[in-house]
Amino acid sequence: MRSLTQVRSAAKTVWECVRTVTGDNAYDRYLQHHEQTHPGTPPLSRREFYDESMDQKWSGINRCC
Amino acid sequence: MANKILGIVLAIIAAFAVGGIALYRNEPINALWIIVAAVCIYTLGYRFYAAWITAKVLSADATRATPAERLNNGRDFVPTHRWVVFGHHFAAIAGPGPLVGPTLAAQFGYLPGTLWILVGSVLGGCVQDMVILFLSTRRNGKSLGQMAREELGPVGGFAALIGTLMIMIILIAVLGLVVVNAMKHSPWATSTVAATIPIAIFIGFFLRRIRPGRVLEGTILGVILLLASVWAGGLINESETLRGWFDHAGPPLAVAVIAYGWLAAILPVWLLLAPRDYLSTFLKLGVVALLAIAIIIMHPTLKMPAITQFIDGTGPIFSGKVFPFVFITIACGAISGFHALVSSGTTPKLITNEEDARLAGYGSMALESFVGIMAMIAATLLDPGVYFAINTGTGIVGATAADAVQTISSWGFPVTVEQMQDLALEMGESTLFARTGGAPSLAVGMASIFGTSFGRGLMSVWYHFAIMFEAVFILTTVDAGTRVGRFMVQDLLGQIWKPMGNTSSYPSILVSSTLIVAGWGYFLYIGVIDPNGGINILWPLFGISNQMLACIALSVATGIIIKKGKMRYAWVTGGPLAFLATVTTVAAFQKIFSADPALGFFAAADDLAAKLAAGTLPADRIATAPQLIFNQNLDGWLTVFFTVVLWIVIADMLRVVYCRMVGRPLPASSEAPYVPTQLNGGTGVTAHA
Repeated sequence: MRSLTQVRSAAKTVWECVRTVTGDNAYDRYLQHHEQTHPGTPPLSRREFYDESMDQKWSGINRCC
Repeated sequence: MANKILGIVLAIIAAFAVGGIALYRNEPINALWIIVAAVCIYTLGYRFYAAWITAKVLSADATRATPAERLNNGRDFVPTHRWVVFGHHFAAIAGPGPLVGPTLAAQFGYLPGTLWILVGSVLGGCVQDMVILFLSTRRNGKSLGQMAREELGPVGGFAALIGTLMIMIILIAVLGLVVVNAMKHSPWATSTVAATIPIAIFIGFFLRRIRPGRVLEGTILGVILLLASVWAGGLINESETLRGWFDHAGPPLAVAVIAYGWLAAILPVWLLLAPRDYLSTFLKLGVVALLAIAIIIMHPTLKMPAITQFIDGTGPIFSGKVFPFVFITIACGAISGFHALVSSGTTPKLITNEEDARLAGYGSMALESFVGIMAMIAATLLDPGVYFAINTGTGIVGATAADAVQTISSWGFPVTVEQMQDLALEMGESTLFARTGGAPSLAVGMASIFGTSFGRGLMSVWYHFAIMFEAVFILTTVDAGTRVGRFMVQDLLGQIWKPMGNTSSYPSILVSSTLIVAGWGYFLYIGVIDPNGGINILWPLFGISNQMLACIALSVATGIIIKKGKMRYAWVTGGPLAFLATVTTVAAFQKIFSADPALGFFAAADDLAAKLAAGTLPADRIATAPQLIFNQNLDGWLTVFFTVVLWIVIADMLRVVYCRMVGRPLPASSEAPYVPTQLNGGTGVTAHA
């Protein structure tokens, strides 16, 4: 039983890594950060956050030859 | 102790594998030898050399808070698990370069390129990427240009900026040329590549309107659509009427790519660039993994000799002797200056712990180098005759199939017209002769690998899947590069006239985008009309500019190491710098001064001008001759420019070393002050995701 739980938690870690590396959970992580650092102020909406992070991501060199 | 035993075991295996590669001369060698040697060498380099550099040369400190922690804003500065940083950084540095370079360098045989990829990466490229990533992390994620300016001086800084802009232009042109050559008179490839644009736009809407920010959903949907477009391209290829719509010569395709690049630079990123990048990253990682598995399943025998007669400089794909041109042709995969720009971009803002620079910087580059090794295997498992027939331009082997096979067979690499026709038919193409640029031959190689490992019935689909994969990859670089180039031009123009520097003003965007697209569009167009295929001019120019950028990065790194008082370790970056500066200068010198029209730019211009004046040119070449003459002269002057920039930066670095030795004042270090980390109880060690 214990090994099944371990497999599950390992799979969950890998899944979270995949979501982080692709940026799939970027908004969730932003909300968490916002909650901690600016509690009580309204966070950006999902779409506002996406727009802003796209502009930020593509304003410098982040792709290569 | 376990570490030492592992090291000894790896060293023994690596020695056997490399020994095997070196000793089994004159008989075919299996690709598995190369794979085993490569994996052992990367592991040794990572576990020992990289660990030593991190500890002794860089003095990475796990207790020091990184910018990701200190400046955490939940967006670009975010402390991130090291394996995620690794994935992020690999996706950023991996581009089409390591696929094309080794394919072209295979004209020397598999050995020179393979050795350079292995040695160059472990001692050069991986070190450069890791050191620059580390130094930028210590400086709150400053760019290479900023570090050059602040640590060396304004001269070095300005040279780095101009050098970066120029390499960007050459890079985009040469990659555009690779795509155009892959699409030329291939309705299947052209329609599939064209379909990637509406697919990307649809995913762009999906990610912004329908399911904002759900990147995985959008990417998976997009990849399914891309695969469907490969299949649909096959149907278009079979329909007589539809074929005609997508069957074009090089020049109109070049114009289409230029127009596309211009649009991509001015459209909002969410519409085209960002979704295309998600798709290309997913494909990239998927194909790299699939290719590695397939090569192991297939474990092909390499048919190319270890060394061919073309090391003497008479090679048909590009001219020049194995020294220095193998080191110029294979930049990405061994050492690529461009990586220094990425390593000083977004990645340093994600690093949680300074020691993670080893995995992200050194590790990612080792994997990128492995991609180069796989490309080399894909090129050298083909019959050499077929390889040369695909990759040599009509200007060298003649315009007809009969001429081409006769010339290539006379080099000692037999090939027949029937063989090429059968292959073209199997791949679903009308012809595979003179499909220069590396992409078609790589696609044939990849199709053979995938086909042998996963089912041979679908060779033409595998071929066009490989072409689509390379095109998606390349067009992402074209989009992203044009955009970055636009920002650089705006930055430069803004210093002359303030309003031009406003990155969101439409007139400024239009002017600067047009300038940058005109720059690379020019080189692309000339490359397309060049009867020798264009690649043999543009690729060496790209290699020289990329190695120049690597020299700038290594100069900055060496300067900083010496300023830190670690002169005795300066060889870690100074050694690769000395080697690369020599290689680049010798190559540039030959490109400028060689009297051989096949090698020297100015010699080629003079030769063509003389033929034009004497009236000995064939009728179809007279119209383009003046443009080609102008272009060869321009390329010659560009090479002079790159060499001058290279030595200005090196001189600036040596000035810093001299000042340090005689105790003159130096620019202060721009390192951020030490702040202890609060993460993980102040140890800085991350144990979880």
